[in-house]
Amino acid sequence: MSILVIAEHDNQELSPATLKTLAAAQQMGGDVEVLVAGHDCQAVADAVANVEGVSKVRVADNAAYGHFLAENLGALVAELGKDYSHVVAPATTTGKNFMPRVAALLDVAQVSDIIAVESADTFKRPIYAGNAIATVQSEDAIKVITVRATAFDAVAAEGGNASVEAVDTVIDNDKSEFVGEELAESERPDLTSASVVISGGRGMQNGENFHLLEKVADKLGAAVGASRAAVDAGFVPNDMQVGQTGKIVAPELYIAVGISGAIQHLAGMKDSKVIVAINKDEEAPIFQVADYGLVADLFDVLPELEQAL
Amino acid sequence: MKVLVAVKRVIDYNVKVRVKADQSDVDLANVKMALNPFCEIAVEEAVRLKEKGIAEEVVVVSIGPKAVQEQLRTALALGADRAIQVETDDMPDSLAVAKLLQGVVDKEQPQLVILGKQAIDSDNNQTGQMLGALTGMPQGTFASKVDMAEGSVNVTREVDGGLQTVKLSLPAIVTTDLRLNEPRYASLPNIMKAKRKPLDVMSADDLSVAVNRTVKLLKVEPPAERSAGVKVADVAELVEKLKNEAKVI
Repeated sequence: MSILVIAEHDNQELSPATLKTLAAAQQMGGDVEVLVAGHDCQAVADAVANVEGVSKVRVADNAAYGHFLAENLGALVAELGKDYSHVVAPATTTGKNFMPRVAALLDVAQVSDIIAVESADTFKRPIYAGNAIATVQSEDAIKVITVRATAFDAVAAEGGNASVEAVDTVIDNDKSEFVGEELAESERPDLTSASVVISGGRGMQNGENFHLLEKVADKLGAAVGASRAAVDAGFVPNDMQVGQTGKIVAPELYIAVGISGAIQHLAGMKDSKVIVAINKDEEAPIFQVADYGLVADLFDVLPELEQAL
Repeated sequence: MKVLVAVKRVIDYNVKVRVKADQSDVDLANVKMALNPFCEIAVEEAVRLKEKGIAEEVVVVSIGPKAVQEQLRTALALGADRAIQVETDDMPDSLAVAKLLQGVVDKEQPQLVILGKQAIDSDNNQTGQMLGALTGMPQGTFASKVDMAEGSVNVTREVDGGLQTVKLSLPAIVTTDLRLNEPRYASLPNIMKAKRKPLDVMSADDLSVAVNRTVKLLKVEPPAERSAGVKVADVAELVEKLKNEAKVI
């Protein structure tokens, strides 16, 4: 048995989600090899070679993989994946984009978004927005799996000494091309890996008021998130959305401000260790999952909180 | 241009799901069913393309037992021109659905296939991408904007870091994210009209697809419940608890 994990990165740095995905892969048993596909991504390959428990790093460095287009990456991973028992990637928007293509090309099912490894072929995964947990067993010869990174503790980024070998396979296509991207620039920690997250909802009333959250976030070293209602209302961009269809977070501390607590939002944050809810509506469902609830006007509370920290 | 939209019948998103006592699955008996919200957005996008004169025909397809015809009628009431049901005994998994859709694509030869990015029951997020691989079509997943051009489409995608735009040559696949559009409500006259629109039924055999399942559902459990904690009186008490009791700051 051997496992191929597809590294998530931006051609410069390895994403923390990969270290957590590696933890899941190691629980499946067998040698764990990592594919780094990208363009000018040698630094990422070097970083992966140092990660604990990685037996080999395979590097596909070509412009065709520079933007992680699903058509190219999917075909490459399917080609390489034939020699493995498991092909595993983080359930990020990149992983979700190309992995089902890998599964279809290998003519196997995909098990999406696993939160626990029961054995080499049996996994737990949330369904119905996390309102039920399914245990599923894959009978496919090659198991194609995406991993909910927040459900696993990262393996150590140091302590490994894997060999690095180049993959020469180049798969390009003339049907899809990268046009451009607008990526959020932020000095704050990444939402999915921050140990503290503070999120605002419709109660924030507008985008400017998110500065109140940011001031508190700066005191706590926290990432700033938002509910779907706040994103749909145009207060903040989509990359800040926490929920079933946005980002799944599980920080040490999650502070929900002016968020009522719709099921779809809870699906994205209820595995946080400690949840604080601040809402002036004492009947808001968010209080049913909060460890600490404060019924008050957020416009009074946020400045006070900033002072108190 | 012909647009094909694939839709799924799922539990209504407002219904609180309950796990069966024997843990075999969730209980769907006597539960309100609906068009998957992401599929509704897919239908809306296709209908808007028709209203703009870009699409000539919108064909909607669903896979499953006879009951899925209810959701096909909903899609017809929203503006699709005709419907296809591929009849199966139960709801097949994503790969089988993608193979059946591939059969429909071969017959219909659409220039654009629009699907929801995921169904809110299984939360798999697989079918559109699998269909892309099987048909060799390029894909624009998690779309928040779809701009048609001559022979190609620009799709703006919601990705973890923000937004990404890709250009795809047609025929292509688009899967919808929440902010692509706001679906309309079906008017009563359109609901009546939808009853007379054509709805064809075909079988998996007609499409020469063997429907099998390689992932077995062993057990379904409710998630670990979080219980409500305590209410604090003010910010001072909150900060004190977070420091000394929860020890997270």
